[in-house]
This record gives sequence, C-alpha cells and structure tokens, in this order.
Amino acid sequence: MNFTRFGRPAVIAVVAALALSSCASNESATPASTEGAASALTGTLTGAGSSAQGSAQEAWIAAFQTANPDVTVNYDPSGSGAGRETFIGGGSDFAGSDSYLKDEELAGTFAACAPGSSAVDLPVYISPIAVIFNVEGVKDLNLDSDTLAKIFKGEITTWNDPAIAALNPKATLPATAITAVHRSDDSGTTKNFTDYLFQTAPDVWTDAPADPFPLQSGEGAKGTSGVVDAVTNGVGTIGYADASKAGDLGVAKIKVGDKFVGYTADAAAAVVADSPLVEGRDKSDLAIKINRLTTDPTHYPLVLVSYAVVCTEYADAAQGELVKAYVSYMAGSDGQSVAASAGGAAPLSTELADKVSAVLATIK
Amino acid sequence: MSTTTMAAPMTNSLTAGKLPKHSGLAVLLGSWLVTAAVFFVVQLSGASESFNIAGTLFFGTVLYCVAIYLLSYFVEGVRKAKDRLVTALVTAAFVVALLPLISLVATTVINGLPAFLTPTFFTASQRNVVGAGGGALHAVMGTLLITGVATLISVPIGLLTAIYLTEYGRGRLSRAITFFVDVMTGIPSIVAGLFAFALFSLLFNDPGIRFGFGGAIALSVLMIPVVVRSSEEMLKLVPNELREAAYALGVPKWLTILKVVLPTSLAGIVTGIMISIARVIGETAPLLIISGFTASMNYDLFNERMMTLPVFVYTQYANQGADTQAYLDRAWAGALTLVLIVMLLNALARIIAKLFSPKLGR
Amino acid sequence: MTTAVARGTIRAPQRPGDRIFSTATVVSGGLILAVLASVAAFLLVQSLPAFVAKPEDFTGGYTNFWSYVWPLAFGTLWSAFLALLIAVPLAIGIALFISHYAPRKLSQGLGYIVDLLAAVPSVVFGLWGIGVLAPLLQPFYATLVAWFGWIPLFAGPVSGTGRTILTVAIVLAVMVLPIITALCREIFLQTPVLYEEASLALGATRWEMIAMAVLPFGRSGIISASMLGLGRALGETMAVAMVLSPSSQVVFQLLTSQNPTTIAANIALNFPEAHGTGVNILLATGLVLFVITLAVNMVARLIINRRKAFSGAN
Repeated sequence: MNFTRFGRPAVIAVVAALALSSCASNESATPASTEGAASALTGTLTGAGSSAQGSAQEAWIAAFQTANPDVTVNYDPSGSGAGRETFIGGGSDFAGSDSYLKDEELAGTFAACAPGSSAVDLPVYISPIAVIFNVEGVKDLNLDSDTLAKIFKGEITTWNDPAIAALNPKATLPATAITAVHRSDDSGTTKNFTDYLFQTAPDVWTDAPADPFPLQSGEGAKGTSGVVDAVTNGVGTIGYADASKAGDLGVAKIKVGDKFVGYTADAAAAVVADSPLVEGRDKSDLAIKINRLTTDPTHYPLVLVSYAVVCTEYADAAQGELVKAYVSYMAGSDGQSVAASAGGAAPLSTELADKVSAVLATIK
Repeated sequence: MSTTTMAAPMTNSLTAGKLPKHSGLAVLLGSWLVTAAVFFVVQLSGASESFNIAGTLFFGTVLYCVAIYLLSYFVEGVRKAKDRLVTALVTAAFVVALLPLISLVATTVINGLPAFLTPTFFTASQRNVVGAGGGALHAVMGTLLITGVATLISVPIGLLTAIYLTEYGRGRLSRAITFFVDVMTGIPSIVAGLFAFALFSLLFNDPGIRFGFGGAIALSVLMIPVVVRSSEEMLKLVPNELREAAYALGVPKWLTILKVVLPTSLAGIVTGIMISIARVIGETAPLLIISGFTASMNYDLFNERMMTLPVFVYTQYANQGADTQAYLDRAWAGALTLVLIVMLLNALARIIAKLFSPKLGR
Repeated sequence: MTTAVARGTIRAPQRPGDRIFSTATVVSGGLILAVLASVAAFLLVQSLPAFVAKPEDFTGGYTNFWSYVWPLAFGTLWSAFLALLIAVPLAIGIALFISHYAPRKLSQGLGYIVDLLAAVPSVVFGLWGIGVLAPLLQPFYATLVAWFGWIPLFAGPVSGTGRTILTVAIVLAVMVLPIITALCREIFLQTPVLYEEASLALGATRWEMIAMAVLPFGRSGIISASMLGLGRALGETMAVAMVLSPSSQVVFQLLTSQNPTTIAANIALNFPEAHGTGVNILLATGLVLFVITLAVNMVARLIINRRKAFSGAN
C-alpha cells in the first residue's frame, strides 16, 4: 500500500519528465534572430499593478518580446495598490498604477532605485469609462451627472422616473426597478467614476472619491468582468466599466456642456490633453489632474488615466536600460496603437507623448 | 374448521398488505401526470406564459412522496410507509444533487470545447500571444508540478499524523494536534498564500519573490488538515478486533499498522487524499500571490514565476482583451482541463485502491 | 484477576521498527504544530496594528476594528450556516443512496460522479454562479418576494441580478456537497455488516436498519465530515467574491442586493488595493475567521466526544 502514497506523485513526475523533454511550440529554445537589427537587450523585466492595464500590457509584452527575443517581461495584474507596494519594496522594476504616487509614498525611499533618487509617474494608458445599462426596450440613454449620481445613490429607483424621462423624451422607459451595479473590489475605475460625480454633481454626490465604492446601496460585483456580467444577466441594470469591455450592452451618453456625448477614444484623449498636471510635484512627474468640469462637447470627461511608475535612476543600470526601452515602447506611437487595438485604449496626445519621452530620456 | 380459516383473508401483520411490485413507479408517473395537468390548466388560463417543466417535476415529486406514504400507510402500515418515504427522499436527494453537477459540467464542456479542441491548446503557451490562439501548456505543467509537490509534502505528513492520532496518540500532544488540525481547516486560502509569501520573502530577503515551490507550500498548508482529518476518520473505523488479532499473533505494532490497519482503510484514505487534491488543485488566490502569473513556460520550481491552471482561468476571465470571446473560450477550456486532470487522478486512485485493498465482505 | 494482570505486566519487546515508526508519526504531528504556530504567529504579528488602527485607516467610515469586522463575521457564519443547512441533509441522503439504496454495480459509478464535483475549481463555480445560476434563480426570487415578502427573510426589494446570499449559499452547498458526501459514504460503507444483517433479521425495514445501525455508527463521522465542509464554506474566497453582491451590513434578508459579505471574500476583494495599515486590518479579519473556525470546531469536538463509544479504535 505504500504504492498509493508514492505512486500518484510518481506518475505525475513521469508525466512531468515526459513533458520536460518537449517544449511549448511557440517558444523556441534559441531565439531565431532572423532580422539583422535584432536588439542587444537581454534580461527579465518584472512589473506589477493595475489590472486595468492588464490587456494592454499583454499586447505590449507580446510585441516587445517579439522585437527583443532575449527579453522576458512579466506583468502581474495584481492591482494598483499592490503594484505600488511591490515596487516600493523593490519586488518589481516598475509599477502600473491607476492613481499617481501619494505624497507620503514619494517621501519614502524606493528599494529598486539608486540611493537618493526617486520615482516618477508617467501616463501610458488612457481608457474611457462607459456607463453601461441593460433595460428592455431601451437602446439609447442620455444622462446628466446629477441623474447619474442619484441613480447610484439609490434616490432614483425606477427607470420611468420623471428625471430620466425628462432627459430621454423619445425613449419608452419601463417601470422596472433600477439595479445600480458598482465594483465590489477597490478599484481605480470606481475612484475615477466617483471623482467625476463628486466634481460635476457636488450637490448630490457628497462622498469624496476613493477606491472603494462609498455607499451601501446598489449592487456590487467583482472586477470589470463581474460588473459587465451582472449588468448583462440582470434586469433593469446599470453600471460602469472600462469602455473596451462594454460589448453589446447599451452605453449611456453623458451630458457635457449642453450636449450629450458618447465615449470615443478621441474624446477621451482630448480631455486628457486639455488637463493640467498636478501641481507641487517634481517637474519630471507627469501626474495629471483630469479636467472633469470641461464644457467642450468634443471632450469625454469620464476617463481613467493609468501610469507607469518608474525610478529616475535605477540601482541596477542594466535594469534601468530595460525599463527605459520598455516604457518608451509603451508610450510611443507603436505601443499606443497596439494598446488601442488590443485593450480599447485612447492614445496619448502627441504633446503628452513628447513629455513622457523627454522624461524617459533622463532615466538612468 | 380448518377449511373456514383457509378461506378467510390473512390479516396477520407479517404478511398482510403489500403493494404490487411496480406500484412505486406507477404512483410516481401518476403524480407527474397530475401536476402536469394542473400546470397545463394554469397555462391555458393564461396565468403563465409557458409550460412549467421544472415546476411539474418538483411538485410532482412532492406529490409522490405524500401519495406513496399515504398509500403505503393504509395498505402496509406505518413502518413500511416510513421506509418508502425515506427511499423516495433519499433518491430525490441524489437526483437534486445531480442537477447542479450536470449543469456545471455541461456549461464547462460546452463553453470549453471550442478552445480545448484547438491544436495549439496543449502544445503552446501564451507567450507573445494576443487575442485568439495560444495554449495552456505552461499552466498545465505548472499545476501538475505544484500540486504534485504539495501532495508529496502533505500526504506523508498528514497520514503519519493521522496514524499518530489513532494508534499512538495519548494525552496532551494528541489533544493539541487534533485541536490545531481543526484550526488549520479554517485557514482561508488567501491567508495561506500570504503566509508562504511572507515566509519566503523573509528567508530569501526578496520582497518580490514568486516561485512554484512557494505555491506548493501554501497548498500544503491547506491540504494537510484535510488529509489528517479524513485519514483519521477512516483509521478509526478499523475494528479493534483486527488490531488485537495481529498483536495476539505477535506482530509488532508498526507492522500491524502497515499491514493490517492501513490496507483495511485504504479505499477511504485514498478517497480522502483525492478530496484533498481536488480541494487545492483549483485554488486561485494563494497561487496568484506566491507563484505569480506568467505567459511563458517554466519547469523550474525554485526559480521565477510559474503559471497554474486556476490562475490561468482567472486571469483570462478577469483581464479580457479586445477579442473577449477568445479569452472566455480559453478560460472555460482551462477549467475543463482542470476537471479532466482531477477525473484522471481519481480514476487512477480508484484502480490503485481496488488493487491493494483486502477483499472484505462488501 | 485484575491485580494479577497489573502486577505481571509483560512489556512488549521494543523493536527498532516500532521506534522509528512511532518517532516518524510524532515528528510529523509536531511538524503540523510548528507550521500552524508559524502561521498563527504570522497572523498575530501582522494583525496587531489593526487593533489600534485609527478611524481614517478604515474604508467605509468605520471607527474601529470591531465595528468593521462584525458585519463580516456575521456574513461568514450566516452564509456557511445556510450552505450547511442545504448541504448536510442532501449529502447524507446521497451517501445513503450510494451505500445502501443504489444497485451495487451502479453505486461505484455514482460515487465517482459525485467526487467529480469536488474537482471543479472555485473560479468555475464563480463563473457558473454569475452566468447560469443567478439569472436562473432571479425570476424565482422575484416571485418569492412578491408572494412571501411578508416573511422577514424574503423581504424585498428583490435583486435585479439574483446575486444574493441565498445564491451564494446554494453555490457553497454544491461546493461542500462532494466533501461531505464522499466521507459519509465511506463511513456508511464501514458499518459492520453483522449489525446490518442482525437488524434486518429481526424484521426491520431498510429505513429502520439504517436508523438503528448505520446512522448511530456513523454519527461522529457525519459531524466530522460536516465540519470539513464547514471549513471550506467558511474559508471559500473566490466563488463568494465573484457571485455575491456585498455590502457591510448585518441583514437577514436573503433576496436583496445588499448582502452581508464574508471575511474571506472581503480579503480577496480588498487585498490587491490595500496598503499600509489596510493590509494589517485585512489580515486581522483573517485572524477572526481563524477564531470562528476554532469555536465551531470545538463545539463539534464536544459533540463527537460524547459519542466516542462507537469508534473502533477505542
């Protein structure tokens, strides 16, 4: 009977040994450098953080690894807070984060950076946040921020409420109860969404923007996929999610100035291009204060900006070179178009991209 | 005198009243028909839009339980009636439990097959793959390696502890172990991951440590209590007569345990081990923390990140790219693979148990 | 007679095999204690800052740790209780069906099928819960609230997506079902055939045989199996996090959008974005879960020990 105890693992070991001799078909042991201009970069680069960047990072990594066959890039989409924490502790070479470094984080030291140097935030990923809904018989929906705030506060409880009807004179709204779905996990998407409501509907939405959804009302769902699933499978539901995941769901237009604006990549990029940098930070730190109060109807102010957090000078110079090459690729026009096709991101404006590459040039 | 008694119907309690052989089946079908008729009338009257099959089966079965009890009560008496009622309930419980199983397996198979059948699913990793294509070879290998090592660690420790508790354990130490094993069953999986992460990042002084062996340790923490608890239960069931018979023949204690106690309870122990493997092979949270996430192959348990199937399923679901369907397909295919692996291990374990178990009365 | 035995106790010769074997068992038992001690030490050290955390460290406007953890602890117990309420009777039924009702040839295969359920990873339960079960149950919930809304448990307003604590309890029940069933089945099969045949020979019906011979024999095992199931239900992370629509309140309503969430799910939801004292607070809730499991298990042990006479090893 000892065979039981050791037999099963032995079988596993045999299977493993068999597989060891084979290799994944898409990973050649010796990278074939067919092109003469193959890069000289080698090493393993580790990043961690924002899950919003996850699909864009996947595309960036694939393209970057193809161009530099000797480089392996790993990105843990473990969450912005965890990503920053890992980076501060020296566990990764860069962090992806939906919110820029806090002042107290900047005041501390960064284990991966050279002594005396600090870290900076570089915007690399802009994504519009869509207000998605699933109401029988309703295809188009216009909402202003007061109404949106009231829906998520639970003050408007049915779809045929006069406030919604006034904004949508043409739609036939049912008497269905509204189920407002928010993120149940802490997330940068919630922070940006509540920041939008807090700034544009200050009379209704009085809770300061934060990663967790501040109210007990409504329904929670885990992650962007969870919100999309809940809205899709529910009755009379409304929620917010990264625009690229909206799929076939109805997407509400939000009121900017006098017009109702749907999300587009261009409108999202435009509002970021028009937004000032956060004041009182190092000039190489490109943290953006998004202009939510814009009245220009070519802008879509409900956007999320995600950053790559990198050192100004790396303790390990070789690692610094790798990070520099990779982040340059991410923020460059190639990287931005890859992110747009794979993750539905909005491209950085030329002006902002130039600023990012100017900062990158100083990184050692 | 005797002829008159022969002619009279027998009314003694042992033979009197027995329902015909297939009356149970007939009553069941009858109950379903009656409820179907009721629901049909409801549908005709316009109260509901479509014919309610689930309702029919449910209320039909409830009706059957009542009907067979009453029928049997009046014909066969209260004891038989109770027996028939319990039989009906037990069978119903089994069928009810099968429903979610069928639904789950059907969902997994239907959603998982498209990607599962692509030729690259078992020959390729996700390295440099965006959108459709690629495979899960890296995740399959990672899962087998990590779970295999976790099993190698947990089963000897768990089994030996269970033996200690049933055969040797007296006094304070055995009470302490029993007590703390109980506590260990309550460790949330994510805490096990955090513990392994804290332990190894401290040991190797690397704040961003991610490697497969750490995942195996985290899984072992979750696995050991299940192995101990289930093996202990099975060892306890071995009749003392067997042990005493062995001692009486002068067999040393350790050989008695190895040759008599363990083989007798082997089937149960193997079942317990399989449950413990099944319990940990699908764990996501701890592996995400300590084994990490990668798109490339890695065979080295002690170096660099290692992908596992549950993490694969979770990340494919949670971080969908623009081509959502491709990611969902891969997530379900990963889940299907995981279920198949456990099925295979289960079958293997059963064969082993059958080969090595002593032939008992059953 | 007894004195004679006591005076003339014959000591069995100590064989090296015996000594090695018993040492090995003690060492592995000790190893478990060591692992557990280190996990406990890790949790304790990490959660100390949470008990003195300032109000601004808590998300959601809580002022101290206990007010933060109370709704979570309630949700954990409530969902696990509901899940066991569904799972234990079902599991005993299934185990009995496999061991004593189904035809011999069929029962092996049936047991195999139920074991399969244990193989399904929790992420898949989560996906299934959101995609299949919740939409399926939502209309049923709506009817329940419309007809039975006057019962406090079923009070509205009904959730529009069906992702309520009752759905979670059903998912958890399906998850723990195979664990409880598999152990119960093995235990029922171990009932001495003599007992069973004796009661049948006395004229007992099948149910009476089970009630008199099988169930009393397996009682401690059933409780043990349920406790293992409870352990999983209490600690289940991913499926609950994915299926439940959480809010930190103590509510008993089963069918609304606001459900008390569980400790494990709360850790999974908030850990990725947690930093500083936030991490300590989450780990401290893990410690509370520990204590809860401890208490539940102690109660179960008390019950089992009262029935110790049935254990073969005693």
